[in-house]
Amino acid sequence: MTVPATVAELVREFRANGRIVIVGASLAGLRAAEALREEGFTGSLTIIGDEPYEPYDRPPLSKQVLKGWVSADHTKLPRLREVNAQWRLGVAATGLDRAAKQVRLADGEQIPYDRLLIATGTRARQWPNPDEAALDGVYTLRSRDDAAQLQKALAAPPSRVMVIGAGFIGSEVASVCRELDLPVTVVERGSAPLVGALGGVIGEIAAEMQRDHGVDLRCGLGVSSLEGDSGGHVRRAHLSDGTTIDADVVVASLGSIRNVEWLEDAGLASGFWGVGCDAGGRAFDVNGVITDSIYVAGDVARAPHVLYEYQFLAMEHWDNAVLGAEVAAHNMVNLEPHYRPHLLLPGFWSGQFGVNIKSVGVPPFGDEIVFTQGSVKERHFAAAYGRRGRIVAAVTFDHGKWLEYYGKLIEHSGPFPPPPPGWDQPPDMKPIPAEFPQPGVPTAIPDVVLTGHDPSERRAEFRSRPR
Amino acid sequence: MVEETPWQQALRYANRANPYPFYEELRRTPVARQPDGTYVVSTYQEIVALLHDPRVSSDVRKLPVPVAPPAEGSAEAEPITEAVVSLEPNIITQDPPEHDRDRRMMTPHFVGPPHSPHLISDLEPEIRRIVDGLLDNMQGKTRIDAVDEFAYPLPVTVICKVLGVPLEDESRFHGWIETALDSLDFGPEAASEEMQSRLAGGRQAVEEFGQFAAELLDRYAQQPGPGMLSAMVNEDGPEAGMSKGVLVSNALLLIFAGHETTVNLIAHSVLTLLRHPDALEKLRRRPELIVPGVEELLRFESSVQFWHTRSAVEDIDIAGTTIPKGAPIFLAYGSANRDPKRFANPDELDLERRDNQHLGFSQGIHFCFGAPLARLEVQVAVGEFVRRVENPRLVEDPPPYRHNQIFRGPRHLLVDIDGIRD
Ligand SMILES: Cc1cc2nc3c(=O)[nH]c(=O)nc-3n(C[C@H](O)[C@H](O)[C@H](O)COP(=O)(O)OP(=O)(O)OC[C@H]3O[C@@H](n4cnc5c(N)ncnc54)[C@H](O)[C@@H]3O)c2cc1C
Repeated sequence: MTVPATVAELVREFRANGRIVIVGASLAGLRAAEALREEGFTGSLTIIGDEPYEPYDRPPLSKQVLKGWVSADHTKLPRLREVNAQWRLGVAATGLDRAAKQVRLADGEQIPYDRLLIATGTRARQWPNPDEAALDGVYTLRSRDDAAQLQKALAAPPSRVMVIGAGFIGSEVASVCRELDLPVTVVERGSAPLVGALGGVIGEIAAEMQRDHGVDLRCGLGVSSLEGDSGGHVRRAHLSDGTTIDADVVVASLGSIRNVEWLEDAGLASGFWGVGCDAGGRAFDVNGVITDSIYVAGDVARAPHVLYEYQFLAMEHWDNAVLGAEVAAHNMVNLEPHYRPHLLLPGFWSGQFGVNIKSVGVPPFGDEIVFTQGSVKERHFAAAYGRRGRIVAAVTFDHGKWLEYYGKLIEHSGPFPPPPPGWDQPPDMKPIPAEFPQPGVPTAIPDVVLTGHDPSERRAEFRSRPR
Repeated sequence: MVEETPWQQALRYANRANPYPFYEELRRTPVARQPDGTYVVSTYQEIVALLHDPRVSSDVRKLPVPVAPPAEGSAEAEPITEAVVSLEPNIITQDPPEHDRDRRMMTPHFVGPPHSPHLISDLEPEIRRIVDGLLDNMQGKTRIDAVDEFAYPLPVTVICKVLGVPLEDESRFHGWIETALDSLDFGPEAASEEMQSRLAGGRQAVEEFGQFAAELLDRYAQQPGPGMLSAMVNEDGPEAGMSKGVLVSNALLLIFAGHETTVNLIAHSVLTLLRHPDALEKLRRRPELIVPGVEELLRFESSVQFWHTRSAVEDIDIAGTTIPKGAPIFLAYGSANRDPKRFANPDELDLERRDNQHLGFSQGIHFCFGAPLARLEVQVAVGEFVRRVENPRLVEDPPPYRHNQIFRGPRHLLVDIDGIRD
């Protein structure tokens, strides 16, 4: 047989009889499994998830579920097709042996694979003091169970809710509280809500929006400790300026932690910002060499992006999980030159205080911002972010239909400021500094991060090559 | 004589039944300047780009009257047609922020989750009842006119109910709408004496129709009644206060667009399925295909063939051409929906077509306001037609077409049938 014929035969054989294991049974894991079957993979497929539930959707948890519109167990992800897999739910993967090509489970079992997809996502960062975090009434919000418990607590109702951290999830929780007419205090160490993701200029608008809706917003302050009553229920928070706030529900929304611990000894490029991979989802090993059998998708992946100077991009966005999973699945059952890149223009949405916030691109990559359409006062507007004369991102408040236009401009490295619209121009169209926090200044952790090496942070540690 | 451009040929009445060969030629120049200074955009990608481009205005007041180049021997340019009849702007012919505000005000009374999420789906039993009644009426017949007896009565009844327009007045406004529609012409025949006199008639009809709507709104202002128009007149939110003229204009738009497009869509769906017996048979066997099927029918015979009130507010570079500031832009949806660069085998009807992001309802901020209602009506009507009508056959192909180029559709559609199933 010729070489190409042999290769084709190998691909066929793998698709028919290969063994694929997916670790992480949520959005990315499910969509990858469906895509694998769609691609004609008929071999054995095992999906491992540490949560006891079938894949469910997280965005509604901080919105419809908390409001009490939808119950937490009604968020199951729709199935796009039969996946015919062995589901191992309620058991965590605890290790990866690349030499033996096996995934180790918490119950001691070893699952062999020919190809592996890592889709373990992120988890909520807990309140750092474990005793305080263990108080009744202290919550984080990542899982279905978290949402069910917090929803119950909000319905009780509490006398005051305190939200620590005004990123997207914290702001959405505060918004729900106001909709439920609950008094809420938001404490944010940065200068404004959403400042890590969208910068200080937009942050100021978000801050005003919160205050207009009756949120007691305290920026530039930290919570130093939580205090419980004799029954072990949280009662009070002490702030860094010496003041205290009485609250009986506390939501710590301090950003997330990548679920990579189980990969500790696997020799992959895994770390604080996730597992490094190429644009096709193929994981790097610790030396930056591509692995052939291990793929990554979703919140736990970080990959170089052509539009952003090939910096590694880590995104906690729904779209990214879906498209990343589809691309990884495609590449798992194909060979070069049929690989596909995952080159999504990042984008997310958030609903808060009656406003639909959407963005495309990577706002923190920009250093300037210009309002391009609509009215800030009425909170219907579009704004573009620029860097060195190019548009790199855009954000809209209740103006989402225009995102596509800005997306196209970004994809083509359009000019910044972008050409003025023909109508509905904001009064001031001069670019101004976007006011992102300096690296190293603590703030709500943005959920899109350029994770390229920053020498000033001395985060990288060089380990000489293992022999 | 100067040779006509593909666009002009596509607009000729003689080509109404089949403009597609001309569209194909037209697409070779995605952005084609016409002799009257209009820029016609005919390819999918370019149309989508312009639909999302904030440098494109939809406001009729910013639209220059297209001017024909000086005829040979004459020094003066000649205005050929006034593109729109004089009316206050409505949501289609407005730009943000007015457009956004008015559409936001109308939405809760129509499609709008979160305010009235079930409004459209709650109409389904009523729509089924009407469709069933229309088909029952055909019992015992061997020949029907699928326009007069089927495609027309459904949307008219439904839109009157949704808006709160007395159905008794139907024959009056039907006449005005027909006259107004027949008066619009964007093709080479526009300059003819006949069209010029029709244009005058059309203006008159719109005026009378406007009078009718104004009176109806006045009545609702004094005594609130059922439907969306009454709700809009009696609105008292923070954003209340569409001016009377704008209200009338939007009311006309809704009555008009609410049925005219749907009539053509149902008629074209029936015509297309009768021309494609395989597809008809497939739909009969697999009724669940009606949902993707209607999307394909929307693509195949776009209800709105093009739109004519847009213009460039800045110079716009696109597809190697610069549309200069101030130029009118016609977006040819009917052509984009057959663009082979976007749709594989675009001239084939494929009820199971994937990724069918057709432009049958446009895109962007002017995306069809009535789309959810239209979809439901056509799904029920065409689904039931296929299920109940026995052995339908076209009597005349092509059927006679209406004059209007934008809202293109058969004027009559004679179909021979063996009977009506229960
Ligand atoms: C409350 C909330 C609201 C959100 N709202 C939005 C929004 O409005 N818009 C938007 O774009 N995005 C939103 N997101 C983000 C979006 O939900 C995520 O991007 C998406 O869930 C990522 O999917 P994933 O499969 O990569 O990771 P995850 O959904 O985190 O799934 C990873 C799964 O792997 C499991 N797992 C982890 N470690 C192991 C292990 N060792 N063994 C076995 N299983 C393991 C986890 O328990 C989890 O079930 C929101 C997220 C949250 C939490």
